[in-house]
Amino acid sequence: MSYDRLTRPLVREDGVLREATWEEALTRAAEGFRRNVDKHGPDSFAMLSCARSTNEMNYVGQKFTRVVIGTNNVDSCNRTCHAPSVAGLSAVFGSGGGTSSYQEVEDTDVIVMWGSAARNAHPIFFQHVLKGIHNGARMFAVDPRRTGTAQWADLWLGLNVGTDIPLAHAIAREIIHAGLHNQEFIERATTGFEEFRECVEPWTLSAAEQVTGVPAHAIRELAHAYARADRAQMCWTLGITEHHNATDNVRALINLSLLTGHVGRYGSGLSPLRGQNNVQGGGDMGAIPNRLPGFQDILDPSIRQKFETAWGVGIQPRYGHNLTEMLEAMAEGEVTTCYLIGENPVQSEADSLACIKRLSMLDHLVVQDIFLTKTAQMADVVLPASAAWCEADGTFTNSERRVQRVRKALDPPGEARDDIWIMCELARRLGHDWHYDGAEEVWNELRALSPDHTGMTYRRLEDLHGIQWPCPSEDSVEPPYLHGRLWESDPVRRGTPAPFAVLRHSPPVDLLDEEYPLRLTTGRRLDSYNTGVQSSGFASPLRRGETIELSPEDAERLGLVAGEEVRISSRRGSVVAPVFIDPGLRPGLVFMTFHFPDEVDTNALTIEATCPIAGTAEFKAAAVRVEKLVKAG
Amino acid sequence: MIPLQPPRRLVDVQIDGETVRVPEGSTILDACHAAGKDVPTLCYGDTLTPKNACRVCVVEVEGSRTLAPACSRKVEAGMNVGTDTERARHSRKVVLELLGSSVDLSTTPEAAGWIEEYGAEPGRFGDDAATVEQPAKVDNDLYVRDYSKCIMCYKCVDACGDQWQNSFAIAVAGRGFDSHISTEFDAPLTDSACVYCGNCVEVCPTGALSFKSEFDMRAAGTWDESQQTRTTTICSYCGVGCNLTLHVQDNKIVKVTSPHDNPVTKGNLCVKGRFGYGYV
Repeated sequence: MSYDRLTRPLVREDGVLREATWEEALTRAAEGFRRNVDKHGPDSFAMLSCARSTNEMNYVGQKFTRVVIGTNNVDSCNRTCHAPSVAGLSAVFGSGGGTSSYQEVEDTDVIVMWGSAARNAHPIFFQHVLKGIHNGARMFAVDPRRTGTAQWADLWLGLNVGTDIPLAHAIAREIIHAGLHNQEFIERATTGFEEFRECVEPWTLSAAEQVTGVPAHAIRELAHAYARADRAQMCWTLGITEHHNATDNVRALINLSLLTGHVGRYGSGLSPLRGQNNVQGGGDMGAIPNRLPGFQDILDPSIRQKFETAWGVGIQPRYGHNLTEMLEAMAEGEVTTCYLIGENPVQSEADSLACIKRLSMLDHLVVQDIFLTKTAQMADVVLPASAAWCEADGTFTNSERRVQRVRKALDPPGEARDDIWIMCELARRLGHDWHYDGAEEVWNELRALSPDHTGMTYRRLEDLHGIQWPCPSEDSVEPPYLHGRLWESDPVRRGTPAPFAVLRHSPPVDLLDEEYPLRLTTGRRLDSYNTGVQSSGFASPLRRGETIELSPEDAERLGLVAGEEVRISSRRGSVVAPVFIDPGLRPGLVFMTFHFPDEVDTNALTIEATCPIAGTAEFKAAAVRVEKLVKAG
Repeated sequence: MIPLQPPRRLVDVQIDGETVRVPEGSTILDACHAAGKDVPTLCYGDTLTPKNACRVCVVEVEGSRTLAPACSRKVEAGMNVGTDTERARHSRKVVLELLGSSVDLSTTPEAAGWIEEYGAEPGRFGDDAATVEQPAKVDNDLYVRDYSKCIMCYKCVDACGDQWQNSFAIAVAGRGFDSHISTEFDAPLTDSACVYCGNCVEVCPTGALSFKSEFDMRAAGTWDESQQTRTTTICSYCGVGCNLTLHVQDNKIVKVTSPHDNPVTKGNLCVKGRFGYGYV
């Protein structure tokens, strides 16, 4: 099904949404916020900012939350994908971005693609990987599925879902026992190596083989290749982060880079591949509950003071709720009003039925979107927005921290308006007379507050094909990789050492048993995107709708043939989908996407077991059973 | 430390009697551009390894027995190049006549101007000259293959193959005049390895490959490049940050290309970035 763009504001009257004027809709939206904040305080408000929209919009969105409302309850859908990467990287290095650039993948010697189907999910990044392979790099694919990425690998390590930590530990142990760890780097630039060595010691190759399903010799080969390489890149995607212990997974990969010194040098680094056009930028702009713009810590009084002076209001000296906590707080009645911009949590959150229930408990829900999504249909006020990437000016920040210009090519349809205009109108109605003459004015305000972005004028962004942060000066460009400081001989310039993490294996929460014997994992296909709202609008010859993908062995055991409709059930819900047989799957593993939620609501099956540090749900591991449909008559 | 490219010496070459200084390893075409000379090209692609297929860029190099393709021949110190000599002009004229008599060049940018400039007469081989005329292949909703416009430059094959996309959905089949670009066993695209990235369309110099949107608008007579704006922005799908150039006519996106000099995309896109704009 394809969606029509929203062209008029909508308000709810007698239980149904009807068209309204902007004046009426904005007044209604603002009054609802005011009513709830007056009654329950600013923390009863939550904003979900849009990882699809511009940096400028996210900056204004978090400012709206912190200045107009006075809470830090702002987050975005980065929670459902890469928040663990940000949490893990910032805990070790003090900065949440990937450390490398795409070009470095072309110039490296070993590429590890861990839990990343980049060939299909990030095709143009994978072109850089292919250049690297053609230049002689060895590529290792670590993935439960034999994906398009794995087809290009020297070696595919098909591990059991959720056994990433045992595999990483076994690689680390093998490197240490073979004497291939970078002793000098470890001593100078890291802490906690002895504890780390003890924690990986039990994970012998054979112990890891038993748990992960990966043959010992393959683990050994990856360990030796990674450790011996002059340069090596560790890349990961949601196979690492959509787990209940996702931040630990990320830390397990970072441990390997610290052990071998594969970070902070040209060609050696860590690359989380971000899933949405501006999920990096949304966090950089402070649209997260624990950071102010420029990824500056809210708990730091001098940082807070800088923003308080600039904005003329006090900032709460504590972290706000993240998306997961917001949803819980809705259930508890603590969050009673929500301003939701360009997000579709009803269809994108794990355990979607629970999400609907929570949103329906709100007193006042305002949704600003380009479509009347399932989430927007629940709103009290719906505000039609412009599509940031082609109907607005501004910037996005990509997976290699490159800030690039977004330019307006089209006029938005009907009465749809720019996000920033809408937020300024709401701010005005709530007592803050905001006005911005275009996105560049917002950007210059941000540049004055964020040292990482200070040197990025719109002019330079245009001239240099975008600039990677950090960029503190208008006169120079920093190296394309981060954390070169770790290699400095002067301890002062080297700064805070990077800590190893001591981690424990924690298998997926949704246990397999006789009733639910199959492991369901989820992901993306090449031609479709997330909940399919955008990508359903073009006629892709590759599209074949939702299916349940099974290994040939499981299909035979269950007596299923391709195309046959079957019932898939988990402990939370049940859906019907046709069978697709994929020889790239190992027995016991089944796969679905979440691109077609209107036909098959895959997230009725997934589990809302979340990472306690980053709040990301375990989309990658549910326990299910697949049954033949009993034909009536 | 960022490894620097080894420094390149500068060499002096003569282009039509004018001295130009270019880095060692440059092509004659680079030197011509540096000298402000316009040399026609068809099979040359700024993101691809030169294939030397079309021969329309040939120039005369002093001391060389044959004419040299400017797009691939590297400059040497003291080289004396004539871009507009009688021999080079004559060769281009014949090339244009052979192409013009067998291939539909109606959508090849600049072809008509070159034919006039070089005095080419594609009609001089008579009405029964062999052509590659054939119906356009319309087998999907995203792009069209009209091989009556194909000059066999191989750029689409290279873009689909190991130079960029690595999908290998198409290759050259047949021999001599019968050689043509084909999927495996000439199957429809929908039964081929094609992933609809459109990177072949991006490099096609003649319009043999065109987006369905453009093909349909041309057929309806509504395609009007003078009414189109081109705006470069960033793709709205994954986080890689690909640059898109949106071609807009009457407030509608009519096609999407990608800037060739951008460090993220280098002129390439995937199916979502290239075609997934239907919702705006």
